[in-house]
Amino acid sequence: MQPVISITDLTKTYAGGFEALKAVNLEINRGEIFGLLGPNGAGKTTLINIVCGIVTKTSGTVLVDGYDNVDNYRATRSRIGLVPQELPTDSFETPLRVCRFSRGLFGKPENPGHIENVLKSLSLWDKKDEKSMTLSGGMKRRVLIAKALAHEPDILFLDEPTAGVDVELRQDMWNVVQTLRESGVTVILTTHYIEEAEQLADRVGVINHGEIILVEEKNKLMRELGKKQLVLHLPDLLASIPPELGKYQLELSDCGRELTYHYDTKREHTGITALLAALHDAGIKFNDLNTSQSSLEEIFVGLVNKGR
Amino acid sequence: MNFFAIKAIYRSEMARMMRTVVQSIVAPVLSTSLYFVIFGAAIGSRITEIDGVSYGAFIVPGLIMLSIMTESISNSSFAIYFPKFTGTIFEVLSAPVSFVEVLLGYVGAAASKSVIIGGIILFTASFFVDIEIAHPAIMLLFLVLISVSFSLFGFILGVWADGWEKLTIVPILVIMPLTFLGGTFYSISMLPAAWQTVSLFNPVVYLISGFRWSFYGTADVAVGLSLAMVFTFLSLCLVTVWWIFKTGYKLRT
Repeated sequence: MQPVISITDLTKTYAGGFEALKAVNLEINRGEIFGLLGPNGAGKTTLINIVCGIVTKTSGTVLVDGYDNVDNYRATRSRIGLVPQELPTDSFETPLRVCRFSRGLFGKPENPGHIENVLKSLSLWDKKDEKSMTLSGGMKRRVLIAKALAHEPDILFLDEPTAGVDVELRQDMWNVVQTLRESGVTVILTTHYIEEAEQLADRVGVINHGEIILVEEKNKLMRELGKKQLVLHLPDLLASIPPELGKYQLELSDCGRELTYHYDTKREHTGITALLAALHDAGIKFNDLNTSQSSLEEIFVGLVNKGR
Repeated sequence: MNFFAIKAIYRSEMARMMRTVVQSIVAPVLSTSLYFVIFGAAIGSRITEIDGVSYGAFIVPGLIMLSIMTESISNSSFAIYFPKFTGTIFEVLSAPVSFVEVLLGYVGAAASKSVIIGGIILFTASFFVDIEIAHPAIMLLFLVLISVSFSLFGFILGVWADGWEKLTIVPILVIMPLTFLGGTFYSISMLPAAWQTVSLFNPVVYLISGFRWSFYGTADVAVGLSLAMVFTFLSLCLVTVWWIFKTGYKLRT
């Protein structure tokens, strides 16, 4: 299947000499939710802004649905909706008016029914005639999403969509993103909330220092890079790990009250049974145990730190 | 051509004028009326006629020029600067629009407002003095061309400005003096010879002179020269705006 966005050797060097993107190659599949993760200044917003036409690239190519985003900017931009990171709003305009404006700006004839549906889906219909200056930050964020959806884009860029919004609104937005995906819209999401990418994304890309350091299916990434750990809670303090348990590479923590064992779920033998037997033989008792898997956040931090 | 975009920008800008009707329309009409009271009634009573035209009627074209120049600059510079200031410019930059469509929307709306204001001032002036328009088509041509040219200039100013002070400094320190010294309230033939020569370096002299010719058939400089100056200014502004969009100057990084 042809990717809906294809980025090849994309570079961006700003006037001051800062190299924001270094030969980035990336493909986004049609209909997927792609989570683009990276620390501050990694190049996420620059990448998005180049695809959308706001920032001029230094070199490389960006194809959107097969069209070059410079030579065929009308074809590419009309397919894209952008929700920027900041909250740029005209304080004196109303949600209804700005949505109508956006739709016209992107070359679509008026469609009051569609605008009404978008505003209703984002719980903005009751606020449609209120000036932006009277809306809360969360509501302004919804207005920006409504504007981006006003011209019925095939591709939606969400640059930190839930930054600074409350938990309830974040959940609402996640539902909106899921609904969009179900309707066939490709969603590219940048976020600092790894939980958000973990919850929503089909695939994840990690960018750091202007380079894509990893692109992988989220579930596969978590399977391959995610470690599981078994934590045993000890009733009696353990001063040190007995030598006969050395092969299990246990970690002693909580002042000798916890033993942690890392294992790989994909291996045929996880070693848990043997470990428990060895503990019994060594006379080490435990009164509780729990297992946990690495979160995407831990994986992300690990990848970024590796690049330093 | 993205006609929906042109319509969206134009309609949005015209709606802004209606929301600020006092600032957009009432203020220039009031200030023009004050000019009539001060210059037309008080000073005009001591200056009987200039080139066979009563002083009150003589200053009408200059006052219209004064208003449409300042309003064109103010409206279009604000129209592009405000989205830059608030950050909403991202939407225009990421939209499938060419610079021609952006200009037709923003500059078209600013010029339309100026033409409307010019018409209102002309209507207001008719209550104070008897006005005749010798060449209505030429008058309309000057009105539209100058409104468009100065709206383009305002657009350039709005793109260039990176603060509110810069936005107002050019109209106050450059345009206003050039307009006052450009024959709004007098004929440059009334000046000493040396100052007449100096005045000919002021481009606004040609604009006011040509516009006044369309009313009364008298001018400080040949009307053809005035039209040539208007087209030169218009062309310079168009080339500058084209360059701005081509390079992304102060719009795209």
